Amino acid sequence: MKALVFDRKLMRYAAAHVAGSIVPGRGAAVGPLRLSDIDPPELPGPEWVRIRPRLSGICGSDLATVDGTSSRYFEPIVSFPFTPGHEVVADTDEGRRVVLEPVLGCAARRISPPCAACGRGDLGNCERVAFGHLQPGLQTGFCADTGGGWGTFMVAHESQLHAVPPDLSDEAAVMVEPAACGVHAALRAGVTEGDVVVVLGAGTLGLLCVAALRRFTAAGRIIAAAKYAEQQRLARDLGADSVCEPDELPRLVRRMTGSFAYDDQLTGGSDAVLDCVGSDASIAQCLAVVKPRGRVTLVGMPAVVKLNLTTLWHRETELVGAYAYGSEARPDGGRVRTFDLAFDLVRTAGLDRLVSAVYPLAEFRAAIEHAASAGRRGAVKVAFDLRQEKERYR
Amino acid sequence: MPRPGFVFEVDRSAPPTLFWRGEGFGLEKLPAGRSRVIYPAEPLAPLDDIDGAIRAALLHPIDSDPLPARLFPGMKLTIAFDDVSLPLPKMRRPDVRQRVIEAVLDFAAAAGVDDVHIIAALALHRRMTEAELRHAVGDRVYDAFTPRGLLYNHDAEDPDSMAFLGTTPQGEEVEISRRAAESDLLVYVNINLVAMDGGWKSTATGLASYRSLRHHHNVHTMQHSRSFMDQEQSALHSSNWRMGKVIRAAGVKVFQIETTLNTDTFPSPFQFLAKREWEWTARDRGTYIATTASLRRTPSRVARGIFQSMEAPHQMTSVQAGDVEAVHRVTTANIYRQQLTPVEGQTDILTMGIPYICPYNVHSVMNPILVMCTGLGYFFNMYRGKPLVREGGVVIMSHPTPWEFHPVHHPSYIDFFEQVLADTTDPVEIERRYEKEFAEDEWYRHLYRTSYAYHGVHPFYMWYWGAHGLQHAGRVIIVGGEPRCVRRLGFMPASSLDDALEMAADVVGRQPTITHLHCPPLVMADVT
Repeated sequence: MKALVFDRKLMRYAAAHVAGSIVPGRGAAVGPLRLSDIDPPELPGPEWVRIRPRLSGICGSDLATVDGTSSRYFEPIVSFPFTPGHEVVADTDEGRRVVLEPVLGCAARRISPPCAACGRGDLGNCERVAFGHLQPGLQTGFCADTGGGWGTFMVAHESQLHAVPPDLSDEAAVMVEPAACGVHAALRAGVTEGDVVVVLGAGTLGLLCVAALRRFTAAGRIIAAAKYAEQQRLARDLGADSVCEPDELPRLVRRMTGSFAYDDQLTGGSDAVLDCVGSDASIAQCLAVVKPRGRVTLVGMPAVVKLNLTTLWHRETELVGAYAYGSEARPDGGRVRTFDLAFDLVRTAGLDRLVSAVYPLAEFRAAIEHAASAGRRGAVKVAFDLRQEKERYR
Repeated sequence: MPRPGFVFEVDRSAPPTLFWRGEGFGLEKLPAGRSRVIYPAEPLAPLDDIDGAIRAALLHPIDSDPLPARLFPGMKLTIAFDDVSLPLPKMRRPDVRQRVIEAVLDFAAAAGVDDVHIIAALALHRRMTEAELRHAVGDRVYDAFTPRGLLYNHDAEDPDSMAFLGTTPQGEEVEISRRAAESDLLVYVNINLVAMDGGWKSTATGLASYRSLRHHHNVHTMQHSRSFMDQEQSALHSSNWRMGKVIRAAGVKVFQIETTLNTDTFPSPFQFLAKREWEWTARDRGTYIATTASLRRTPSRVARGIFQSMEAPHQMTSVQAGDVEAVHRVTTANIYRQQLTPVEGQTDILTMGIPYICPYNVHSVMNPILVMCTGLGYFFNMYRGKPLVREGGVVIMSHPTPWEFHPVHHPSYIDFFEQVLADTTDPVEIERRYEKEFAEDEWYRHLYRTSYAYHGVHPFYMWYWGAHGLQHAGRVIIVGGEPRCVRRLGFMPASSLDDALEMAADVVGRQPTITHLHCPPLVMADVT
């Protein structure tokens, strides 16, 4: 089978780091990622099925991996070589069209009883992602045993699969997994009725957070900081009440919240901030514009950052992460799977329009460079299109 | 005998015309046979004995008892004076205000008046700094009054220091400085640089609050002031005069002192800027070349410092005192005597070079909103009769229009530019949706009261100032402006005057008639 494979080659990883820091996405050209003919992954157990990806998105965490900028934190919870790709809409051998929920939790790892997190349905917090009968891998797409969406075949545990309604396009379906991240982040942000909420960054995740906040929370005013014109247009369209460029954010939040200011540090601020960038500067800005005792939710994957946390200490700011998904609390006290909410969001917000470009696997370097500069090029989600790959029909 | 202003028809032999471009200038060749340049009058001769003229005005006022007769021991006397927005550029010391205030204080001392307050009547402008106050009133007055808290900036946001006097028949609320309102006599010391200045506008605007100002500083008023420099056709003037009646009816006694200056605007090395180009001497041309060459290499911050430090050799051409309205009639005639220039008919295009300064960026940055206000507000409205450009015509300004703001002076301008103009440039829409939020923003209030910031609502007024121009012009182009910034203003950027004329072609055709307003020095067109 044909697949993009990411191997543990330190020299190439270092080269990717250098190239990626000069031109985002250039790590694909010099790093460990290669297009290969490999054996299809074997089914790890009886509840596993073979699936053939149709579309597979390129995520920010994929780009960090390819460009060699992801944190070493992940080393124990990934296994090499792996085929990336965890935003997947695929066909099963029986002809079902499915979306993959990629977290490799206790169920997929045949761990019984499940860990406390999996027991609650908080799949993203699974405590066993490096254990069980599978090699380590926090998600499909980072595990040597499962293959990934950037290949013509992969394997998935039945618990990972969500049926795609017939009327939902592949473009819509491939947005379900990132939409689930947005939904989980929006619900993790602790938004209460009438809150002023800031979303910093308007790449795929930022836009999905805006849409999810509007759909699933009672936020009063949503402010989106977006760098590029198309991102600004989409943010407004998906539910942001005010949109500005990132460097204009402190002034806009100040005015919207009736705050005072010293330089860029507000005395008050927004009730909640979702950081969908994950850099030193973005997190610092979040801390500067959130109100005392407000919550900053890190949605974009940060790596090593240098921060002055005096403001966090002084203003008793909550700093929380939002990773993946699992289940969310319902107002009646019950739980609902994040993916169910994500399907709803994709449909109601028309998120298929966020798929800006698709590429065949053979053009992976161009695809990754496009994804890495999506905002500047007026794009949002870039995906691999495997529907025409001959291999998947063998 | 100074020559009056005149209209020069550009022919093939005409030299290129000077265009201001912020902290710089350049020469442009206007199309021959269909362009004209309106030149200001040469500076009128100053009064021979300025201090003597001031004393004479105070002793022989118009429709009023002499000032000494209105002063008595134990009275409350308040002297208000125009703020840092006048004159432009700032004048060489001694400032006219200093001379007048010292004369008034001499009379007050002689009359045994010891309860005197001196107020910088800045309305919603920024507070004046110590240096600016010293420059305006002189060190002697400053040192005598400031330490005792008797010389200060007007604070329109201090509820305790404002007094509500009533409403006009049109429902306009009149609220002015309590100290001024409760004084036995308010002496207002004006510098009347343009025809809009002075009269009841001094007290009804300079000492007023937002509650009062919003009744005439609004889009409707500005769109119905054609122009706001022409008292007969100015809704702004009418509103201030109605408020004046309320002030008078409330028992406030005003002794108005108005002064006019000549158009001697630039110190000696730069006097060529006020000359007609064909009269430039070899020395003038050399100065022009040397100045433009060095300015090209000078960082904008440094250039700004150089220009802002320039002090004009303005001289007083008249001083009159007494009853507000009677005084103002004489003052207006004196302003017209200096500035009014007869012009026949309108043209398709009006061009103007926007200089480095306007009333709201003294010692500060000429930000994009002020560029708009100077062009479409002040310069466009320098007419009586009808605008210099026909309705639907094109206004072309030249200015670098950088995306730059003074963070201390203009904080609400930054937000206005980033948050309001990004949404809409329609003055009516802006007023309806945003004005109240900005006007009542506590942070802007705080900065206005304690720092040196213009009031939160001030950028709105600047935009409204250009509302008539915006409504009248079919297109506005800024030559040399930073494209992103110019587009944010809703205008079109052009890299050269030729490009701008090309861009204007689809509005006014390929052979448009053109008027260039050669300003500063100030000139007001009397268009028939």
